[in-house]
Parts: sequence; structure tokens; C-alpha cells
Amino acid sequence: MRSSAATRPRRVLWHALALALLGLIMYPLVWVAGASFTPTNDVVGNTELLPSEPVLDNYARALEGMAGIPVWRFLGNSLLLAVLTVVGTVASSALAAYAFARLRFRGRNTMFVLMIGTLLMPFHAVIIPQYIIFQQLGLVDTYIPLLLGKFLATEAFFVFLMVQFMRQLPRELDQAARIDGCGYWGIFWHVIAPLSRPAFGTAAIFAFIWSWNDLFAPLIYLNTPERFPIPLALRMFADQTSTSDFGAMIAMSVIALIPVVLFFLAFQRLLVQGMATSGLKG
Amino acid sequence: MPRTAQDTRREQRAAVAAPPPAPPPAPGRASRRRRPRDREGAAGYIFLSPWMLGFLGLTLGPMLASLYLSFTDYNLFTAPSWVGLDNYRRLFADDQWLQSIRVTALYVLLAVPLKLALALAVAMLLAAPHRGQGMYRSAFYAPSLLGASVSVALVWRALFSDGAVVDRLLRSVGVQTGGWVGNPDYALLLLVLLAVWQFGAPMVIFLAGLKQVPRQYYEAAEVDGAGWWRRFRAITLPMISPVLFFNLLLETVNSFQVFTASFVISGGTGGPAGSTLIYTLYLYQQAFTHYQMGYASAMAWMLILGAGLVVVALFRMSRTMVFYSGDEGR
Repeated sequence: MRSSAATRPRRVLWHALALALLGLIMYPLVWVAGASFTPTNDVVGNTELLPSEPVLDNYARALEGMAGIPVWRFLGNSLLLAVLTVVGTVASSALAAYAFARLRFRGRNTMFVLMIGTLLMPFHAVIIPQYIIFQQLGLVDTYIPLLLGKFLATEAFFVFLMVQFMRQLPRELDQAARIDGCGYWGIFWHVIAPLSRPAFGTAAIFAFIWSWNDLFAPLIYLNTPERFPIPLALRMFADQTSTSDFGAMIAMSVIALIPVVLFFLAFQRLLVQGMATSGLKG
Repeated sequence: MPRTAQDTRREQRAAVAAPPPAPPPAPGRASRRRRPRDREGAAGYIFLSPWMLGFLGLTLGPMLASLYLSFTDYNLFTAPSWVGLDNYRRLFADDQWLQSIRVTALYVLLAVPLKLALALAVAMLLAAPHRGQGMYRSAFYAPSLLGASVSVALVWRALFSDGAVVDRLLRSVGVQTGGWVGNPDYALLLLVLLAVWQFGAPMVIFLAGLKQVPRQYYEAAEVDGAGWWRRFRAITLPMISPVLFFNLLLETVNSFQVFTASFVISGGTGGPAGSTLIYTLYLYQQAFTHYQMGYASAMAWMLILGAGLVVVALFRMSRTMVFYSGDEGR
């Protein structure tokens, strides 16, 4: 397996194995791309990866959306939620991470342990009281319950990721900045934050994708279809039409996947490295 | 590793924070002249305040609230009424709840080992230097980003429905299962396969771990005539055991929380015949379709206890199974 001398047959075997695996892993994605161009009645039984006579009907019907709401609306909602999530997550996690990684104060280690503890805790444990609070405040069916936590660094994964990164930055930088007259905010803003850009970038991409894919929170908090993000709209569309218009459902699934795929293609190095160094969650 | 960084930092800080004896503070300006340590502490709390608010208001507070609610009967519309341990007693008589535990346990026991085994195998394959390594690594990682989406759950449902690709393929080799989506014997396996498909995230972590293993160990073992299985058992496995434990812990905790796949594939029912009634799905049904907030809170606390016990058991196990070489323990 560990080829100290990569002999020829061994190399061929390696490539054959890797390619076979690649085909298997990619099959569902290639299938759905092909199926989305297949006439709706043939989608289920479709085994060809390249439709012999591609049609665009499925996309035309998918773009019409549902309940008179075009699919652009849902995509726009998802984008708004994802962008605000990224802003809130990066800002609040960076502040918390700076405190955990660079400052010394009473109770820091205890709080750090609690923060790590929330990583391991199933989030369903808090969802019921959270819902009750937002319901009492009359905030159900708004975006506030979906976003408030993001601005309060509740996603411990991102705090942890940034703490790991900031700990590696040389201490001398802080001291130099201090001598130049910077306070703690100055050190954070002029020294630590600019140097932590790679960690912020990784966090931003993950935060975007997770927000884009999230079904659970929108499912429990949102009722008005005009406010639905794409996963919730897609799920409702699937419930209504799975037997009648399979093709449009598949096309809408592809539309929902496209931004994630584009993000992945653009930032794959950063994502894989972020996963490898901080190593958490999938 | 964090310890040593802290220690050096403490020394540096001590050097800075202990200047020659300062002149006595001028009266009246005491507030401006606090000791640097105090100012650092205040800054720490200020930077941490959003997190602290979130932790108290959205994590700790709600957890305690759900503990209280779990002893009440509450439907959102009338005030909660105290019922003592009733909800917990009801749980153990609730066939659906027991079913959801069976389904979840089976799911975790199948999905986590299969996913990790595949992740490790592929990581070892990719650890050997070959052309295209980076491309494969990225491609295999992609499902981990896409897998949690509604889209992929719908694709899975389509691929495994009656007369679709998988059914046809199996029929062509003489296996008659029909559509897995509607078959209680296979529906959960469908969810397991969806989890295994997302092996890329632990694979990337394994790869990072494998890179740390010194090559000389393998060379020495090879000289001594150790076969590949022996090398795997005696070198690879112990050397990557911290990473293995880390992956095992996170994958287990994450598996307890899957929701989207079973919700979408079963249309929210957990069917057919309760075969995909994952714990979180049953909790969702009780809380947000029946508005049994007290009962669902009891379920949430049983989940915290169950998951907590598993985590403790894993940490116990890690004491004997995980090998930390030198000082580089996590």
C-alpha cells in the first residue's frame, strides 16, 4: 500500500482503484445532473448519465416555483440568511476567539471548557425552550430566531477554529503593537484580525454552506412561504409534487445545489485545509 | 500544546507586567491607573461578552428551562402544569419512543464504523504519493458539504425508489428488493449509505494524521520483514489512534443529530413502519406537530443523558486504546 518504490503495476492499480471510487462517489451527482434534463416521466427509471434528447422543461417549471412564488425569491431569501450568518458568525466568533486565545482573565479556562462542551452537546437539547422564548416574544415567522445565535458566537466550531489559528501567531506582535500605543482593541483590529484572515475565510465559507443547507431551524420557525429559504421550499415542493412532477423537483434540487458546488470549486483548498487542521464536523 | 504556549506567554507577560516599582498613583486618577492585569481582564470580558450572552441566553438558560419543562405538561397555549416524573414514566411505556431508540442505535452502530472504516481505507490509499492525489482528496471531500442538504436527500430517495437505478441494478444481478424507500427492511440502510457517502470529512482528518507518521518506522518494519497487515496493526493504528478517537467522537455525536435525511426521505413520518424514526425526528414530531413541549423536553433530556453516557464511555475507552507518542497529545 505504502509504495516506497512505486512500481508500474502498482501505480496502475492505484489509479484504477482511485478512479473506480471516484466514479462511485460522483455517480449520484452526475445522475441528478443528467436526470434534470430528462422528460419528467422518464426521470425515475433513468439510468443514462447523458440524456439522449435533453429537455429544459423541468427547469422552466422549477423556476416558476410554487404557490405563485418564483424560485428566485427562495434563492434570495437563502442568500440573505447566508450572508447575514457569515457576517454575524465571523464577527462574533473572532471577538470570542481573541479573548480565549490572547487575553488572560479570571474564569477563562472554565469558559473555554464550557465552549468546547457545547460542541459535543446535541443542539436539540435547547431547541424547545428557544422556540418558546421566541414564540413568547412574537418573533416566530421572522428571521431573528435564525440569526440571533449567529451574532452571539453560539456555533462553537468557529470559535474553536479561530482560537487554534490565533494561538499560533507570535506574541511579539502584540507587544510591538502595545509599545506603539495600541490598546487591546487596537491589537485585535490592526494585528490579530488581519493576520487571521485565512481562518476567517474558512469560517465564512463553512458558515455560508451550512446556512444554505440548513432545514431544521427554518422548518420550525418560518410559516409564510414568501419567507422560505430554498431547502424549506424544496421540501414543500417535494411533498406536493413528488408523484406528479418529479422532473421539476429534481431540477429544483440541482438549482439548490449549484451555489454549494460553486463555493466548493472555488474554495476547495481552503475547505480541505480548514478541515484537516482544525478537524471537526462534516 | 496549549499549555506550553500559555506558559511561555505567562513568562513574557510577567516580564512586561512587572516594570520597575511604579511611583504611587496620583490621587484622583486611580481609575485611569488600574493594574495592567485588571485592564486585560476587563478587555477579556468585553471581547467575550457576545459569546457569554449567547451561552447564557441561548444555551445554558434554555437547557435549564427544558429541564424544568420536562417535569410539566405544556402545550404552548396554557401555562405549564407540574406533573413530576410523569413524562419520563410515559416515555418508557411509549412504543414509538422505544422504536426511535432502536432505530437511532442501529443507525449509529452501522453508520459510524462503516464511515470511519471507509475514510481510513481511502486515506491510506491517498497517502501514497501519486499524481492526482489532491484532486481525488477534494472530490472525495465534496459529499461532506452537500450531504446534509434537502437536495441530496431527494436524490437519494429518487435513486432508491421502486424501479429506479439501484433497484434495476440489483435486479440485473438477481436480487429482488424493490424500492428501498418503501421497504421497512432496507429504508434505514438507505440512510446509513447516505452517511457513509459523506466519508470525506473524517478522511481528510485521517490523511493529516497519516502524514505525521515517520516514514522510517515503515522502512524499519519492512527491513524486518513485516507484512502490510503487521505494519498496519503495529505502526499505523497506534500512531493515528488519537486522530481515530477524535473522528470516532465527532462522528458519533453528529450521528445522534441527523435529521434532514430521515425527515425528507420518509416525508416527515419516520416510515415505513417506523423503520426510519430517528430520535430527533420523533422529538420534532412531539414538539412541533403535537406541541407536547413537556414531553418533548423529557425526550431532549434523555438524549442529553444518552449522548453524554456514550461520550463518557468513549473517553474511558480512549484511555486504554489511544496511544500518545511523546508530548504531542491533544
